Amino acid sequence: MAGLSTRHLLGIKYITRDDINLIFETADNFKEVLNRPIKKVPSLRDITIANLFFENSTRTRMSFELAEKRLAADVVNFSASNSSVKKGETLLDTVNNILSMKVDMVVMRHPVPGAPVFLSKHINAKIINAGDGIHEHPTQALLDAYSMREQLGDLEGKKICIFGDILHSRVALSNVFCLQKLGAKVRVCGPPTLIPKHYAKLGVEISYNVKDSLKWCDVANILRIQLERQDIKFFPSLREYSTYFGINKQLLDEIGKKIVIMHPGPINRGVEITSDVADLEGHSIILKQVENGVAVRMAILYQLAQMD
Amino acid sequence: MKKESRTVLSHPRFELTIDRLCHQLLENHHDFSNACLISIQPRGTLFAERIYQRLAELTDLSGVSKGKLDVTFYRDDFRKGKAPLIPNKNEMNFLIEDKDVILIDDVLYTGRTIRAALTALQHYGRPKSVELLVLVDRRFNRHLPIQPDYVGLTIDSVDEAHIKVDWAETQEEDKILLYSRKEDI
Repeated sequence: MAGLSTRHLLGIKYITRDDINLIFETADNFKEVLNRPIKKVPSLRDITIANLFFENSTRTRMSFELAEKRLAADVVNFSASNSSVKKGETLLDTVNNILSMKVDMVVMRHPVPGAPVFLSKHINAKIINAGDGIHEHPTQALLDAYSMREQLGDLEGKKICIFGDILHSRVALSNVFCLQKLGAKVRVCGPPTLIPKHYAKLGVEISYNVKDSLKWCDVANILRIQLERQDIKFFPSLREYSTYFGINKQLLDEIGKKIVIMHPGPINRGVEITSDVADLEGHSIILKQVENGVAVRMAILYQLAQMD
Repeated sequence: MKKESRTVLSHPRFELTIDRLCHQLLENHHDFSNACLISIQPRGTLFAERIYQRLAELTDLSGVSKGKLDVTFYRDDFRKGKAPLIPNKNEMNFLIEDKDVILIDDVLYTGRTIRAALTALQHYGRPKSVELLVLVDRRFNRHLPIQPDYVGLTIDSVDEAHIKVDWAETQEEDKILLYSRKEDI
């Protein structure tokens, strides 16, 4: 069997359905590894990976670091807040300095969309995009799709609705690309101000009605309102947002069908989702998403490390 | 180009070989009370299944654990081969602490797969002993100091040659083929 069609993971846009399936099959193997008494394999023992986080992150960063360590790679961490970036160093200089210490792979989160693509054209190491501004977050999309596949089987023809702040969400865009490549039907739902017009061109259904969308979907992937990226007001108040677009238990009970509830985190409880929905047993797979994140990231690192 | 291959073992010697190996195992393990059978994925599993079926006819194997070990993540040619390494399914739902492990593979060639398997086994506990059972031993092609305990057939061949084991379950019949070059397959 052949490997991946790419040597970087810059976005879901740049990979194929076969790549996604190969990552999922490999993730199945790593999920088994993570359930063993000793959760570590020596595959990447001669690989050094730099985690460059120019933007805050808890989950993604820990998940990557665990994945790297469980593959026995050497890991160096970097965060922009306490580095020479503050002294005026350019991205290319920073990364080239790190690479001259013989680093093979770079996992990067950056606030500027396209930063990983730019980097991939100028440096020799393999790059994994861990989120670039409001553009893409490919590993999150892969672990979301992997978690859905675990619940529903093949995603061909399945209905998935993404709720919330679509405009500022890199998770939404990567999810759309990934789910469409796997043959699922995708809808986005939120206030009109938070749904960009170009989504219609992606072949995605657009809805402004939460109840109608919940009735339609098999999976509800609920996103956070990204206040830190909103420099103007997109809706009058959080309370109004949660009244009209928040998902609560009463709404789910009225629908009366089983919907898989997902959230990429961090959750703003009481805003986009209430606590009783976020913790709803049998529906919510939010913590499973986090668990699968490590296995999926191990699969991505393992497959990319093998490419020339 | 004509495929150059030669059958070195087929019916009825093939079944007799498996029979003999099972009797050798019986001699050393008596009632198999402390033994477990672990095959190496992917090609050792069909062979191990045959051994298990024949052994079950000869003795009670109800308490014996069976596992399938995938060694892909432990191989020493990661990033060194031409094709990417794709893992197989690993099925090990027991620990091997203080067990007598019988490791099973079809062809023993350089010994590198067995080296990887021994590392992988460490993750499931500290076995009392590990024995190696192979259908074919290419004894002059070893890269590492690894020797089998039970051998179906010993073949002395040059490095370029390739051994292929066909199973009735996946191919038409049980047989062992010797190709003069790997490209001929």
